[in-house]
Amino acid sequence: MNSPIPAAGNGHRPVLTVAALSKAFSSLCVLENINLQVHRGETICLLGPSGSGKSTLLRCINWLEKPDSGQVYLNGERIGVTTGGVLMGDREMSAIRTRIGMVFQHFALWPHLTVLQNIMAAPVYVQRRPKAQARAEAESLLASVGLSEKRDAFPAKLSGGQKQRVGIARALAMRPELLLFDEPTSALDPELVGEVLVVIRRLAHDGMTMVVVTHEMDFAREAANRIVFLDRGRVVETARPDTFFVAPATERARQFLQRYENSSARPARRDRPQSFA
Amino acid sequence: MRDFLVVWSERALLLKGLGNTIVLSLAATIAALVLGALGALVLMTTKSAYRLPFAGFVDAMRCVPFLLFAYIVYYGLPSLGLNLDNWSAGLAALTIYNTAYMAEILRGAWVAQPADPIDAGYAFGFTGLGHFRRIVLPPLLLSAAPVVGNQIIQIVKDSAFLTVIALPELTHAASSIQSRHYIPFAAFITAVLLYWTLCLVIEAGVAAIGRVAEARR
Repeated sequence: MNSPIPAAGNGHRPVLTVAALSKAFSSLCVLENINLQVHRGETICLLGPSGSGKSTLLRCINWLEKPDSGQVYLNGERIGVTTGGVLMGDREMSAIRTRIGMVFQHFALWPHLTVLQNIMAAPVYVQRRPKAQARAEAESLLASVGLSEKRDAFPAKLSGGQKQRVGIARALAMRPELLLFDEPTSALDPELVGEVLVVIRRLAHDGMTMVVVTHEMDFAREAANRIVFLDRGRVVETARPDTFFVAPATERARQFLQRYENSSARPARRDRPQSFA
Repeated sequence: MRDFLVVWSERALLLKGLGNTIVLSLAATIAALVLGALGALVLMTTKSAYRLPFAGFVDAMRCVPFLLFAYIVYYGLPSLGLNLDNWSAGLAALTIYNTAYMAEILRGAWVAQPADPIDAGYAFGFTGLGHFRRIVLPPLLLSAAPVVGNQIIQIVKDSAFLTVIALPELTHAASSIQSRHYIPFAAFITAVLLYWTLCLVIEAGVAAIGRVAEARR
């Protein structure tokens, strides 16, 4: 069951390997035979129309959704299934999930905890790191996303952009090997998108390994090492952004990009926002 | 007025009854909340082998008058070989009965919670009871506080029924005073005012929790 992961072309094992993954909700096939490898320091942007399975793929990677078939490996370790071939128990699942950070579309901050407590919760209660150390790290992460002054605020009192930056800090606090972003900016007002993208861009620049589901084409073009284009649950095209955005290989991707170009005739937008940190 | 002076002269008895009502209600509230929270977890599980029997229990409790249930626990159980003194029987009856209500109240609040923060708990490695205690339960209790508060008031009022099993709580004390001095109005009105005071304290507690919740909304 737990076959060794093939070494990548550059001789390094991929951080994330998704092999022949399929998922259906009752009779609706959402993902079909997905294969994907992400290497250390890579930023992969998952693009595709609504309902193409991008978010479900992300949720299958950390087993928030259990795949129907196929395998997911994190640095060579199978997720969800033990070496004995049985489903992982709570403890094993927890251990592997703490190695994958996730940023949610609607932030998913814990409303009863302050900003600082949100960031410290998993390091302290799940990873059992010393509280003082977790606090110091949380404070420095908060500073790095420009929100030190909000440390004692509750999530309800933050703007969407601030909530998402806390969401990113919370994910980073676990020192993850891989970061998953599920449409991190699509719930934000347009003028707040930039402040979040700046943080994600910086992470990409710093060499964090990331899989980003996004509809931000400019961001994908600039920050992604590879674009993976999904349609109706299948990977239709995988390409470098300069190839994908200039000369997509498939008709489906061409149509998709065309539609975006048409709709981006909307008013010019933000990016490169106010400075912080 | 003279009647109330008689009640005043019996204040030691009345205060002892009030103290017992407080102890009984507080113990039943804490036990029912803890068991009810676990019960909510059972009501929300996908495992029907656990869920269905407990849902049946909740339904049964909601359909049985508390007085009748107290009779069953105190007078009925001995015929099954289980003898409880009046304190144990009273506390058990109040706790079991209200566990069902608390479980249903918390289940209702849980269903209304957004799914994302709960999912995030799993994504960040929380599991099982730790996930429930740290991620699910606190916002649940904050949002359900007004309804839980109502139920605590119901516990205080239901405790009065336990006078029928000779538990020396507030109603029992008032009843003793009225039968000793033939002053039903003064004795019972005094008891009513004391129950009212207890309820005002509970309402103040709920309002305080409401302010805590408001800061997080």
